[in-house]
Amino acid sequence: MSRYSALALLKHAITGRPWPRAWRDPAPKERYEAIIVGGGGHGLATAYYLAKEFGIRDVAVLEKGYIGSGNVGRNTTIVRSNYMLPGATEFYDFSLKLWNTLAHDLNFNVMFSPRGQILLLHSPDALDSAARRGNIMRRHGIAARLLDRAAMQELVPHLDYRPTARFPIWGGLMQPTAGTARHDAVVWGYARAASELGVDIIQNCEVTGFVRQGGRITGVETSRGRIMAAKTGIAVAGHTSRLGEMAGLRLPIESHLLQAFVSEPLKPLLDYVIGFGGHGHFYISQSDKGGMVFGGDLDMYNSYAQRGNLPVVRDVAALAVSLMPCLGRVRLLRHWAGVMDMTMDGSHIISKSPVDGLYLNGGWCYGGFKATPASGWCFAHLMARDQPDPLSVPFSLDRFARGAIVDEAGSGPTPRLH
Amino acid sequence: MLRINCPFCGERDHSEFTYGGDANIAYPELSAPLEAWIEAVYVRSNPKGPHRERWQHSDGCRLWLIVERDTLTHAITRVEPARTAIPGLMK
Ligand SMILES: Cc1cc2nc3c(=O)[nH]c(=O)nc-3n(C[C@H](O)[C@H](O)[C@H](O)COP(=O)(O)OP(=O)(O)OC[C@H]3O[C@@H](n4cnc5c(N)ncnc54)[C@H](O)[C@@H]3O)c2cc1C
Ligand SMILES: [Zn+2]
Repeated sequence: MSRYSALALLKHAITGRPWPRAWRDPAPKERYEAIIVGGGGHGLATAYYLAKEFGIRDVAVLEKGYIGSGNVGRNTTIVRSNYMLPGATEFYDFSLKLWNTLAHDLNFNVMFSPRGQILLLHSPDALDSAARRGNIMRRHGIAARLLDRAAMQELVPHLDYRPTARFPIWGGLMQPTAGTARHDAVVWGYARAASELGVDIIQNCEVTGFVRQGGRITGVETSRGRIMAAKTGIAVAGHTSRLGEMAGLRLPIESHLLQAFVSEPLKPLLDYVIGFGGHGHFYISQSDKGGMVFGGDLDMYNSYAQRGNLPVVRDVAALAVSLMPCLGRVRLLRHWAGVMDMTMDGSHIISKSPVDGLYLNGGWCYGGFKATPASGWCFAHLMARDQPDPLSVPFSLDRFARGAIVDEAGSGPTPRLH
Repeated sequence: MLRINCPFCGERDHSEFTYGGDANIAYPELSAPLEAWIEAVYVRSNPKGPHRERWQHSDGCRLWLIVERDTLTHAITRVEPARTAIPGLMK
């Protein structure tokens, strides 16, 4: 496969030759060393790191639709690591480190744009707790800057600073190294690089059951026939409970809808990624094409519909115009929804399952896109070595039974509140 | 938009209601083994299809209801007052 470069671009421009396909489209083999169920960001990243870092190249990624048709192609692309709890801070910081060199590693421009993310602060209390969060981040070597109102006014002039503002701006907490990435490019980049290392990417291949021998899972039943493997890892985002049920597992997960919105393209308006929490939930950034990309809360009831409901559209729009009144007359271009695993503590699961031969990667809630590189790395480590990477030890499945939950929001065992 | 037919107030938009999760979860006796508590607090069936769930008509009569709703189609097939749907609730 040819490397992408400025020279290659020039050559293709001059000769007019079409580009070859970016990844192979093989028929499934009867047997692999390892199978990954789910061709989203996490599944493809896992396959890539299995092949690249852990020497397992006889791998198939089985995707029921087309790769990138799930949440990885539906998210608002925010990448940050401003977490506070032990375990989470380190995990997301590792992910950010991988993001920084991802385009070079994959030889694919994932358009990672670390333009800075600012969490809005609306009260003296919020400033105090943000100072604490910032200090914890700095303690872990993650850049953080506490901004006062004047600094906010300079950096983000279009927020509502009037005395009548619904949410008065007291300041902000900035992570200057956070930002966004191009979600589709992440899918294609991992797929192309994994395929080049020998990974088979099999689309339109739905896993419908597991093959068992003794107590072990030794393969999967799919819409394209039975495929055997010594190790099967699942990375199916909002459908982890469904795959778990096929294997006889009951999991600490509910599936919920999250919607996202994009406006018509505008001239440059917002230089940073903005987050708003506590009195509601809202986040917004401007894409390279100029669209305002934003979202808010879940639809708040269990759902696999992949299609959101109107009250959330109203709530998110209300927050948008309360925080940035200039958006009031901007037209919405599209909105959509994704089905997400919400766990009982709001953190993810990268873990061996109670069934031999089956490995779990799921429970990504609102924030799994930024986790993609670290998740793939840690899951590959676990599947290859049968031992977790130290970074994923806190996220084992048995943490719930042990009471060792990682509850960043502090909202208890109610999945929709995380 | 979901519309829930409250047995007390009639059919209303679901934005008047607050979701209360899986209605099949019942907390065990305090003295129950730890495993029973772990199951009740943390584990969910999370079906793709019919789901029995709790909703409170929080902007209406404020009563709790048991709603049978399909999590894939969002079709609601049954709404009952919790006090009669859950035996022993009003003891
Ligand atoms: C609207 C929205 C906004 C978000 N915003 C952000 C954000 O700003 N920042 C952030 O960090 N995260 C965000 N997230 C979360 C993030 O997108 C997800 O956590 C992450 O993409 C999940 O991992 P994935 O990429 O592997 O999932 P997916 O892309 O959903 O991949 C899972 C794949 O498994 C496949 N699958 C399912 N069942 C089967 C089966 N039986 N057989 C074969 N294949 C199967 C699916 O078709 C799917 O392609 C957002 C999510 C949504 C929905
Ligand atoms: Zn009522």
